Amino acid sequence: MLTIAGTEFSSRLFLGTGKFSSSSVMAEAIAASGCQMVTVALRRIDLDNPEDDIMKALGQRPYTFLPNTSGARNAEEAIRLAHIARAASGSPWLKLEVTPDPRTLLPDPVETLIATEKLAKDGFIVLPYINADPILALKLQDVGAAAVMPLGSPIGTNQGVLSDSMVEIIIEQARVPVVVDAGIGAPSHAAYAMEMGADAVLVNTAISIAGDPVAMAAAFAKAVEAGRTAYVAGMGQRSKQASASSPEKGTLSSDLGFLT
Amino acid sequence: MNITLNGKDKSLHKAMSVTDLLTGLELTPETVVVEINTTILQPDSYQSTILAEGDQVEIIRFVGGG
Repeated sequence: MLTIAGTEFSSRLFLGTGKFSSSSVMAEAIAASGCQMVTVALRRIDLDNPEDDIMKALGQRPYTFLPNTSGARNAEEAIRLAHIARAASGSPWLKLEVTPDPRTLLPDPVETLIATEKLAKDGFIVLPYINADPILALKLQDVGAAAVMPLGSPIGTNQGVLSDSMVEIIIEQARVPVVVDAGIGAPSHAAYAMEMGADAVLVNTAISIAGDPVAMAAAFAKAVEAGRTAYVAGMGQRSKQASASSPEKGTLSSDLGFLT
Repeated sequence: MNITLNGKDKSLHKAMSVTDLLTGLELTPETVVVEINTTILQPDSYQSTILAEGDQVEIIRFVGGG
């Protein structure tokens, strides 16, 4: 069972709610994924064209809502959004996201560290989205992060866990859960992260833009479960040297005289 | 009287509370957060808060996101 800040999660798949074609597809995909943690964003209402309220589709369901601070370009903006998120959700859970460059959407490590420390002191359960930087991950734990969320690859790119060797170090050193976030584009990517020992993965684009998001959500659920089970079962070491799977004794190789 | 509402200028023809503003916009108070001049307003003070000239009002809510 995964525990973050005292809350238990039986599913290790977290879902983002962006880019779904409709609220009903989103709700069905979430149900098919079996996830218990969903992320949401905060935006100004477009008063000329107000969209449906997403909480109508999500509300009254047994999820932990993880509002993000997407759109924040520095610690100050992220902290302002965090307080709005807490007022809207009535809960201290927060995915801290500080992305100054809209082209790469890569997280700012300095501003993320500053905001994590302030928000954790202010009672927020902070899950910072970070580059796969093992030193930063440790510093965030020291200032009160409830989990760390290293990226696999840039947001929405579906490139998979390109940061694997750094994520492995983060996992090895972590004293808080490690959630691999961003760039996971296929169930195999999710399984790979889980096999490495990630505590959970957060997936959005790969599911929401799939031809059949509901079926894809179910596929991710299986992959996450398979990867976790494999990690717990204990993976074999990688080696460059071949090692026969079949017994080497009693082969016919010493007695091929009949071939001449 | 003029206020800035979600980044756009808006004229109000009479004194208005935040509740009046939300009602006029057909927004359910429970689904939004209201910020006035970067301070979050508690829902129990929507009725008693009267908008003032030049107020920067933000009405925010959850949307899909990752």
